[in-house]
Amino acid sequence: MKNQILMGLNGDEAVAYATKQVNPDVVAAYPITPQTIIVERFSEYVADGEVDTEFVAVESEHSALSSCIGAAAAGARAFTATAANGLALMWEMTYIASGMRLPIVMAIANRALSGPINIPTDHSDSMGARDSGWIQIYCENSQEVYDASLAAWRIGEHLDVQLPVMVCLDGFTLSHTMENVYTLPDEKVRDFVSERKFIKVEGHMGETELRLNPECPLTMGPLDLQDYYFEHKLQQIDAMKQALKAIPEIDAEYAKISGRSYDFLHPYRMEDTEVAILGLGSTMGTVRYVVDQLREEGVKAGLVKMRVFRPFPVEELIKTVGNVPVLGVLDKAASFGAPGGPLYEEVKTTFYDQPEKPMVVDYIYGLGGRDTSPQMIRGIYENLMGVLERGSVSDRVCFVGVRQ
Amino acid sequence: MVSGLTLKEAARKPDGIAPGHRLCAGCDETVIARMILKATRGPTIATSATGCLEVATSIFPYTAWNLPWIHSAFENAAATASGIEAAWQAMRKKGKGPLAEYETVDIIAFAGDGGTYDIGLQALSGALERGHDFTYVLLDNEAYMNTGIQRSGGTPFAASTTTSPAGKVIPGKREWKKPIDEIVIAHGIPYVATLSAAWPLDVIRKARKAFEVEGPAFLHAIVPCTRGWRYPQEKTIEISRLAVQTCFFPLYECRFEEGRPVYKLSGPSAAIARRPESKKPVLEYLEMQGRFRHLFRPERRDDLIDSIQAWVDQNWQILLEKVG
Repeated sequence: MKNQILMGLNGDEAVAYATKQVNPDVVAAYPITPQTIIVERFSEYVADGEVDTEFVAVESEHSALSSCIGAAAAGARAFTATAANGLALMWEMTYIASGMRLPIVMAIANRALSGPINIPTDHSDSMGARDSGWIQIYCENSQEVYDASLAAWRIGEHLDVQLPVMVCLDGFTLSHTMENVYTLPDEKVRDFVSERKFIKVEGHMGETELRLNPECPLTMGPLDLQDYYFEHKLQQIDAMKQALKAIPEIDAEYAKISGRSYDFLHPYRMEDTEVAILGLGSTMGTVRYVVDQLREEGVKAGLVKMRVFRPFPVEELIKTVGNVPVLGVLDKAASFGAPGGPLYEEVKTTFYDQPEKPMVVDYIYGLGGRDTSPQMIRGIYENLMGVLERGSVSDRVCFVGVRQ
Repeated sequence: MVSGLTLKEAARKPDGIAPGHRLCAGCDETVIARMILKATRGPTIATSATGCLEVATSIFPYTAWNLPWIHSAFENAAATASGIEAAWQAMRKKGKGPLAEYETVDIIAFAGDGGTYDIGLQALSGALERGHDFTYVLLDNEAYMNTGIQRSGGTPFAASTTTSPAGKVIPGKREWKKPIDEIVIAHGIPYVATLSAAWPLDVIRKARKAFEVEGPAFLHAIVPCTRGWRYPQEKTIEISRLAVQTCFFPLYECRFEEGRPVYKLSGPSAAIARRPESKKPVLEYLEMQGRFRHLFRPERRDDLIDSIQAWVDQNWQILLEKVG
C-alpha cells in the first residue's frame, strides 16, 4: 500500500474518482438512482477543471450510450453509468456497442428492474444484459469497485478483446455506503491505463485503425446480412474467449502496481470444503462472515465469489468447485419460467458433462433489495448440509427471505 | 455563393456518396445528400439513422460512403452525432489523435421523417438544447419508406400509406403534418433552412451556411419518393419543384439573432411572396401523386382538397407574417 492514499469513498464515488484519474475523453450520462452520485461527482470534477473530459449531459440513457458509441467510434475513451430502467432503456444500444467492438466502460449501480418500480439493489438489470456482448465484472466492496473501474479500460481495450465492459456494484449496499478505499497516485493510474489502442482493419480505402478518421474513411455499422453477420457474431464470441486470456494478464499487471490480486473466482476456505456457496457482489461479504462462524463450529463450509460473470470462467469454475460435494448458488435475479436463476443455469451447464461435479441448489434471494442477513445465509448452509446428508437434491430452486 | 464556392467547383468536388448504391431509381435522397456533401468545408464525419439511405448505401462489404460514416440505430442520429462532436472537442483540447488536427469538422446527421418527427425527436431535441456543433439533415419523404410506406408524424393529411390507407370510410391520414421546423426553431438554434432538390444552388448554399455556423443547424429537405408517393421515377425533381411552387413546402431560412428567430424566404418562395398570383394551386401537386389518388377517383373529394389548400394558405400566411 506504499504511496497509496486511503480515502473514504462510497461505491459511486469510487467509480467517479477512478474515472477522474483515467480522464476519459467523453462522459455521456443521465441521472438515475442509485447511480446518480457517479455523474454528480464527475460533473464536479469537470466544473473544477480536474479533468478535461467532454461531459455530455444527455436527455436519456439511450442517448447516453448512443453518444458513447459515436464518441468511441471517433476514437475517444467513452464512459457512462446507469442502473435498472436506465440500462433497460439502453438495451438496444448495448448490443450495438459490443457489435461495433467499441471498448466503452459503463458502471452499473445494480438496482431492481421495474415493475413494480423499486430502487434498492438486485441483479435483474445487469443479468438482463448478460447476452449483450459486454464483459461483466461484479464487485464486493468499494475497493473492488475502484480497482475494477481502472482495470476495465485495459480489459476492454486489449487488442485481442475490443469489447465494452460493465462494472457492476450493488446499489446502495455499495453505491451509497462509505468504505476505506486505497487509491493509486494519478501518475500510476496514467501509466497503467495509458492511451487507448486501436486495432487495424481493412477498410475500403486500405488498412486503417478502427476509428472515424477523415484521413482514411471507414464505414462503421453497415447493413450486415446473411452473408457476413454470422461471421461477425463468431468474432464477438472469440473476443470473449480472448478476454479469458487477457483478464489474468491485466489483473497480474494491476497486482504489481496496487498489491491487490484479482481473479475470475475468489475462493475462501475451499481446501476441504463439503458445502460451498457461489455468488456475485456484495452479499459475498456476508457469506464470508458466516463461513468463518461455521468453520469455528466445525462445519466444512466455504465460498466462491465470482468476480467475472462474462466471459463466464468455465474451466476455473470446474477447477475450483468440481470436487465440492454440495454447491449452493446465490442468484439475485429471477429468470421467469426458466429452470433457475441465471448463475445457477450457467453452473449447471458447466458441470453437465463433468464426471466429477457437485450437487447444485439454486437460492434466489434479495429481489428488490430484500435484506439478506447472516441468519439467512446460515439457513442456506444448513439446507446444503441436509443435501449432503441425504445425498440428493430435493428442491432445485429455493427462494430465500420471501413470504410464500 | 458563400465562401467562393461555385456550382462548377461543387461539380468538380469528389462525391461524398459514390454511385453504385442501391437506392431506387428516381430516389431524391442521394440527390440531396450529394449536394449537401458538395458544400462541406473539409474534414467531414457523417452518421445516418436507420432508413433507406443507410441500408442502401452500406450493405457489407460494400459502401457508397467516401467519408467516415457511422450508423448505429434508428432514433439516435442526433445522439450519435453529439458523441462524435464531443470526441472531436475533447481531442482538440487534449491534442490527441487524428481529429485533434482539424480546426473544423463538418459533422452531419442524416435521418428520415420517422427518425426525426417520431422516434428520434427526443434525441434531436436533446442535442439541439445542448448546442453541439453539427448539422442535422432531415430527409423528409413523408412516411416510413424503408419498412414499406407507413405513416409518420411527417406524413401530410389525406395521404394514403400502408398504415393510413385510403379506405371506404377513412380517406387516408387523418392528422396534419407535424410542424417540425417550428419545433426546431423554438430551440433557438443558430440556423434552420428548408431545401428542395429542384434548386441545387440553394441546397448547396444553405448546407455551407449550416456547416459554418457554430452550434446546431437543421436542414429540412422535401424528398419525393417514387415508391411511396406513387409517381413515375423521372418526375422526382418536378414534384420537388411543385412542392415549393404551391407553397406546400416553402423554401426559407431562419437564423437566431439577438434572441429571436429571423426568417428569410429563399429565391422561389420570395418570388411568390412578391407575386402572389404566381402561387400554384396545391391541386397540381396532389394530382401528380398516387398517394392522393383517392382525392380524385372514384369521385372527386373537393372537401378534402379544399381543406389541404386552406392548410397550405394558412401556413404560408403565417410564414409571410414571420418574414415580415
